[in-house]
Formats: sequence, C-alpha cells, structure tokens
Amino acid sequence: MTPKLLQRRRERIDELADAGDAGVSLAKDALRRMRANPVAITGAIIVALFVVLAILAPFLAPKDPRTQYAELKNQLTPESIPGPMPGFLLGSDQYGYDLFSRLLVGAQQTLIVGVLATLIGVAVGCTLGGLAGAFGGWVDTALMRFTDILLSFPSILLAISVAALFAETNQWTVIIAVSMVAIPVFARLLRGAMLAQRHSDHVLAATALGVRRRTVVFRHILPNALTPVIVQATLTLATSIIDAAALSFLGLGDPDPSRAEWGLMLAESQQFIEVKPELAFLPAAAIIIVALGFTLLGESLREALDPKKRR
Amino acid sequence: MLRFIVRRLLQAIPTLIVLSILIFAWLRALPGGPATAMLGDRWTPEREAQLNAALGLDQPIWVQYWKFLGRAITGDFGNSTVTGLPVIEEIGRGFTATVELSFFAMVVAIGLGIPLGYLAARYRGRLLDNLTVVSTLIGVAVPVFFLGFLAKWVFSSQLGILPPSGRQDVEINSTSVTGFVTLDGLLTREFDATIDGLVHLLMPALVLATIPMAVIVRITRASVLDVLDEDFVRTAESKGLGTATIRRRHVLRNALLPVSTTIGLQTGLLLAGAVLTEKVFVWGGLGSLLAEAIELKDYPRLQALILLAAVVYVVVNLLVDISYAIIDPRVRVGR
Amino acid sequence: MALLEVRDLSVVFGRKRQKPFTAVDGVSFSVAAGQTVGLVGESGCGKSVTSLAIMGLLPKRGVRVSGSVTFDGTELLTLSDKQLRDRRGRDLGMVFQDPLTSLNPVIPIGLQVTEVLRRHRGLDHKKAQAEATELLNKVGIPDPNRRLSEYPHQLSGGMRQRALIAIALACQPRLLIADEPTTALDVTIQAQILNLLKELVAGTDTALIMITHDLGVVAGLCDEVNVLYAGRVVERAARHELFADPRHPYTHGLLGSIPRLDSARSAKLAPITGSVADNIPWADGCAFAPRCPNALQGCVEQPPELETQDTRLLRCYNPVLPATTAAKEG
Repeated sequence: MTPKLLQRRRERIDELADAGDAGVSLAKDALRRMRANPVAITGAIIVALFVVLAILAPFLAPKDPRTQYAELKNQLTPESIPGPMPGFLLGSDQYGYDLFSRLLVGAQQTLIVGVLATLIGVAVGCTLGGLAGAFGGWVDTALMRFTDILLSFPSILLAISVAALFAETNQWTVIIAVSMVAIPVFARLLRGAMLAQRHSDHVLAATALGVRRRTVVFRHILPNALTPVIVQATLTLATSIIDAAALSFLGLGDPDPSRAEWGLMLAESQQFIEVKPELAFLPAAAIIIVALGFTLLGESLREALDPKKRR
Repeated sequence: MLRFIVRRLLQAIPTLIVLSILIFAWLRALPGGPATAMLGDRWTPEREAQLNAALGLDQPIWVQYWKFLGRAITGDFGNSTVTGLPVIEEIGRGFTATVELSFFAMVVAIGLGIPLGYLAARYRGRLLDNLTVVSTLIGVAVPVFFLGFLAKWVFSSQLGILPPSGRQDVEINSTSVTGFVTLDGLLTREFDATIDGLVHLLMPALVLATIPMAVIVRITRASVLDVLDEDFVRTAESKGLGTATIRRRHVLRNALLPVSTTIGLQTGLLLAGAVLTEKVFVWGGLGSLLAEAIELKDYPRLQALILLAAVVYVVVNLLVDISYAIIDPRVRVGR
Repeated sequence: MALLEVRDLSVVFGRKRQKPFTAVDGVSFSVAAGQTVGLVGESGCGKSVTSLAIMGLLPKRGVRVSGSVTFDGTELLTLSDKQLRDRRGRDLGMVFQDPLTSLNPVIPIGLQVTEVLRRHRGLDHKKAQAEATELLNKVGIPDPNRRLSEYPHQLSGGMRQRALIAIALACQPRLLIADEPTTALDVTIQAQILNLLKELVAGTDTALIMITHDLGVVAGLCDEVNVLYAGRVVERAARHELFADPRHPYTHGLLGSIPRLDSARSAKLAPITGSVADNIPWADGCAFAPRCPNALQGCVEQPPELETQDTRLLRCYNPVLPATTAAKEG
C-alpha cells in the first residue's frame, strides 16, 4: 500500500472515530442537562453525602460501634431501651450498642454491600454480554439462553435461592446473592447496546473499511454501548441495597449484630417497634433516602441520555 | 394466530427444562450435600446415609434427575422436613391464600395505577404529575417489609382499626367452600365473613400492591405521553371526533398495549413479592411457607416453592405474549 | 368572496423562560371554492404550521396564534373547541404526510373511516359501513369490503394514503388540506396519489390547499402558488407564470435546483447555497439575503414588503429579471 493511500485510510478512520464520538458530546450534553434538572441535583447531593458519610464513618462515630456498653446494657429491659443520654446521642439499640455510631458505620457497610454487589453484577454481566455481543453466533445464543433462564426467576427469589445455598450466611453471601440478580440484566443490556452499535452507520463503515474486528469492538462499539450500563448501574445500586435489606429480613443476611448494616438493623429491630420506634425508623429512613437518591440520579441520567427527549 | 401460540408454547419448553435442571442442581449444590444441610445439628453419619437412601441420593446423578423430573411433573416433591407433610399438600393449602391476596393487590395496582398514570400524562408538568412521579419513585425505594411493619404499627398498634395479621378473625366461624375467604362468604351468604376477610386483606393487599402500582403508573404515564405525540392522534383530531372518543379509542387503546405487558410481568412477580408481605402479616400463604422454609432450612419445601414461582413466572410471561398478540394486530400477522 | 381567507396569520412558539420562535409571520392568502392553491417552501418555512393553524390543531400550551382565518365568513381562530370539532372532518379535511403513522395501528381501517361518517353525518353502523365501502372504492382501493376489516400495517403505503384521503373526503369537505401527501411514498406511487387528488377535486366545489416542498407536485396541480420563506410569503403567482418566470431569487433557486428536460445540455443544476440556519430575522432585513445571489446592501437594512408587480405579488428589492428581458439581454 502506498503511503499516501495508507494516510488517507487513517484519516478516514479518524473521521469515523469522531463520528462515533457522538457519545462524548452526548455525555457532555447530558451533563449540561443534568445540571439544569433539580431532580438530578437532589439525587446527586444525596448520593454524594452518603458516600462521604460512609467513607468518613469510622472517624465520625463518637463511640465504638462494635462495643456493647455496660451502662447501656444494664438498662435494657423487655419494656424499655435507653433513649438519648450523655455520650450516647441516640441512646442504645436492643443489644446495648451505641445507636448513633451504629447508624454511621451502617452507612459504610450498606455502601460496601451495594457497591460490591453492583460491581460484581457489572463485571460478570458485562463480560457475558460483551462476549455475546462481540462474537455473536452460537456464543451469543448460548449466553443469552442462560441469562434468559436467570431472568425467568423473579429477582428477589433468585437472591433467596442463592443465599439459601450457603449453610452459613455472611456479608459475602449477601453480596453474591444480590449480585446474581444484576448479572443477567447487565449481560442483556450490554449485548443489546452492542448489537445496536454494530448496526450503526459508523461501525458498519469502519468494518467496511477493513478495520480489524478487535479494534472495531474496543474503539467503536464498547465506548458507545457503555452509557446504558452506567445508567443501569446507578439504578442497580438502589435495588441492591433494598434487596440486601430484604435478605436480612428473611434471615439470610449477615447474622453478626456487630457488623452494622442498615438492612440488618432494620430487620432485627422491628420486633422492638413498640419499645423504641427509632430503632426501626432511622435505618429505614436512611435506606429509603439513599435508595431514592440513587434512583433519582439514575432516572435523570437515563432521561438526559435519551436521544428521543433531546429536542 | 394458532401457529403463533403453538410456537410460543414450544419455545417455553426448553426454558422449563433448563429451569428444572437448575433447581435440581441447586439442591445438590448445597455444601456437604442436601442431607447434611437438612440434618443440621442432628447430623450423624448414620442419619446422613439413611436420609440419602430415603431421598435416593445414593443413585447416579442422571437417575436422580430423571426421578426428580418424573415426580415433579406429578406434583411429588417429597415431604417437608419440618412438618413431615407432603410438600404438595402444604402448597395446595397456601395457594388459595396467596392467590386471593395477589388478586386484590393486582386489582388495587391496576385500578389505581392506570388512572393515575393517565392523569399524570394528561397534566404533564403540573402539580399532580410531579406528585405522582415522586411518589412512584419513593414507592420503589421503600423496602416492602418495612412498609408492612409501618402500616401495622400505625393502623393496628397505634390506631387499632385494622387487624395486624392473618386472613380471618378467630371468632368468625365460616364454611370453607373454595378456600377464598371473601368468595366463600358470598357463596354461603355469611357476609360478615366476607367483610372480615376484606378488612384483613386491606393492609397486606395495599402493601403488596405498592411496587406493581408504582411500575404501572410509570409505564402508563410514559406510554400515554408517547401516544399523545403520535400522528394518528392528530388525524383523529382532524376528523373532529369528540375528546372522549379520541381518548378512549385512539389514545388509551394504544397506550395500554405496553401497560398490559407490564401488568402480566408484575403478576408473575407477585408470588415472589408475597414472601416479604406474607411474612409481615403472617398470611399463611405460599410466601409464608417460603419464609418459614428458609428459616428452618426445609429444602424439599424450598425447592418446590422456588420451582413453582419460576414456573408461574414463565407461564405468565407466555400468557402475556399470547394476549399481546391478541390485542395488537401487528404482532399477530408479523410472525 | 373567497371560501378561505387567511389574513396576517402569525404563529409564535415559546414556553415560559424560552426564547420565542416565530414559525409563521404574517401570512395572508385566500382560496376560492374549487380552487387549488399551493404553499411551497423548504422544511421549516412555516407551511405545515400554517395548515395546522387553519385546522386549529396546534397545541394550546406554548403557542400564540394571531391574525384571522375566516372560512365561509366565520372566524375560525375564535371558535370554541366544540364548534371547531363540529367543522373539522365535515367542512375541513386534512391529509397528512406519513400514512403509516397517521393511521391508528390497532383499529381496523373500516372503523377509522366510519367513525368520521358517524360523527358528522349521523349514519348508523350499517349505512356508515356501506358508505365506507363506497369511499374506498372511490379512492381506488380494490376489494374495499375486505379492506375495511384490515389493519393499516396490512396495506401498502399507497393504499394507506388512499385510505387517509378517503377519510378526509368522507364528509365531502369544502376545503381539503394536503400536507406533503406524497413525500413518504415511492416515486411511482406519488404520481398516482397526485392524480387521484386531482381527479377527486376536479369538477367539484372542494378547494384544495397543497402543501409541499416539491415544485414538481405543484406544477401539475395548483392554480396559484404561494412560495414561503422563513414564515413569510415571498412570491405569489399563477402556476404558469411562476414556472415560466420565477422572479424571487428563492423561487428561481428552487426551480434551478430541479433538473429539466428542456434546459440546455450545458446548463448546470444550480443549488441554493447555505441553509435555513443562515437566515437573518425579518426585522433586520430580508431573511433570505445571506443565501441570495442577488442580495444588495439594502436587503439587510430594511425588510422588503410584499408588493404587486405586474400580475403577481413579490417580496424582493432586486428580483430576477423577467425571462423575456433576460433573453434579450443574453
């Protein structure tokens, strides 16, 4: 190939890559629209506060969340649980732990469960979906049949079935069970987005120009197919936190009361609702606000990225 | 049309087979095998061998699967390790309770969800729309079991106006005909039983309805908004038709197509959703059985219930596809 | 007196906190019974918005309509919603651009025809059904009885457009508006549909407003043509006059960008340069000036008025010379 021809070909590919970079300008455009949307801002603020709180929790907690304090424990009776008192901002929980510190550290544990479950879901799901989308053919058929089966379980039931497999449940079994729900969703999503990209004009053109398949996939298809994955991951964080709470409620959570997680705190404190309603209400409110934050952020992100609504 | 149904039915068969393999394998994937898991603290080598023989676990795996499949088709899932009763019998008893609860939950979800979604779309951007959208988002963010507990706490403990749990007051001595409390009351003219049943249903049905309702509202709203933008609505306007006709014949008829799919899918999910609600309200249906099976590690019962829920979901999906083909003429001919 | 008088019609889009956009800017024209009038221009010139304003089909929120539209002496813009509904479909019929999306996909063609008959002519089910068969037959749909029970997706594009025409003509409206009725169709079907429209209005009192970006469509059909640019009429003339002798540089450009059999072989197609994005607001001068080959300094200082020149109306300071003069000079 003469140098001139080669150069022309490179230029044309670069032009095409630019055409594919509609994704980048789309992201910029979406960001601009997100900033103008009060719903998106609300969601982003909630999420940001939650993340900061979760990271700083061990430093912010005034007491050790894993210590059962004698002065609290002594006052525990079936009829009463100590309320706020000096040194203990919100008083005790049903075990004699400091409720305030437990709530703070609970933010961290909740974030860990939510993020890890989502990450596993994204990683495994996107690998499966990516393989299916990149190779097509029988790989695609086989992988998609498999995800179809997983999808044919109602989500909470899938989490239950997986969690029930473990003789002893702990934080990791919860994370794995919850991530199982997300895997087929991400697999289908990435595959669908890749298929849509594959038939888009810039990818067809790149293929027609003789660009290698690997380059087409990594340079032209994947980057553009990732936007829906990001949106879905935000929404999955919300459902993961709620699903983890549901597992705790069903007795499939981490049974260790010293490992404070909001879902567990909520599930275990409900029988004390007559004695000290805050025990249930505070973690419940925390879960609802955080789940709502992720949902608002995800939904407004979805809307901002929806080309149909960009008129 | 018939060909479409047959094809769709045939497509469901491999799904069901793989599903049964998964659930069969699931029980075998238990650490130390199902016998160890079932015996728990009571484990001794002799007991394990005994149970393995009783469950046929000493045979080759494919024989086991074949037998499992054969028994599953005839409804034989073995005996509950907790009660010792055949699992299928327990399921039979829990079934009516769950169906009754799900039915009322779905009536609430559809009856309120579609009008709300439609109104939100018509008054897009106004107060009603914003309120509706925000409440649906909150509705999905609230853990169902907490909502149940909250409702119980407010209406039973604090206000004392609704029964906290169960399907029927102990003092009501009604005749059971169908197993559906409300229906039995009507059939036997024991209307107090029907009313009592409805009072007991109110809270659980509303709680179970929240998520499907939130989803239905959102889909209806989005779908109506889409249809209002369609050219054929403008054509209908250009014909000078009355607003009522346009809304009913041209807007709703098209907008409800995606909603009908959603309704079907949500119905399929109810059985799973019922696990949490039924546990909160001690409902005694399949959800309660499932929650109990998890706590007590009653694997035969758990296996049967999970299989049942998955099969229900697949079947409902199938019915949705078929009914969609009936409603939407484009699908009918296209395939 | 004309059947339809549009006077100084303006349509401004713009919600709160948004920059208003003037889609139609003081358009006036009239249509007499039995006459066929064309509205021609590029997309975005305001021709479709004009037709929707006449029909009263513009959304109510975020749109301001001013001016006057009188139909047979009645002012349409101030009619109540109910009164307007009584007229639409009965006195005013409309055919839309895309016959696939303009028909309701989930109800049979028959119902879509009969509903308008029953609404305005009060026919019972049986009579409406018979009338609908008759109508489909009239617009050239073979086997109309069977078609009545079919759904839009079962018909070809041309057949769908015929069905839409049947719907629009069901109550023998006195005015039919056809908004780009052939744009979405195959070229071979386009001619058929145009011929059909021509036949259906020929020899009747029905007036037709033909909205199109395609001068070829206008050529065979319209008695009079209005050329619109950026929401204003820039040239109005009788059909033959306009084609033989386009005076506005924009009209001239539109005609120049169509290949013609009778032009010299050496003649090149002359596309109009630039796009509507280059427009300047009418308040600052002639909106077309930035794209106009004949533009003068004055064109961007003061907007030209629509003025009578010979037998036509023209909005231009420096029109293209009449063909006869040009020929002499050349």
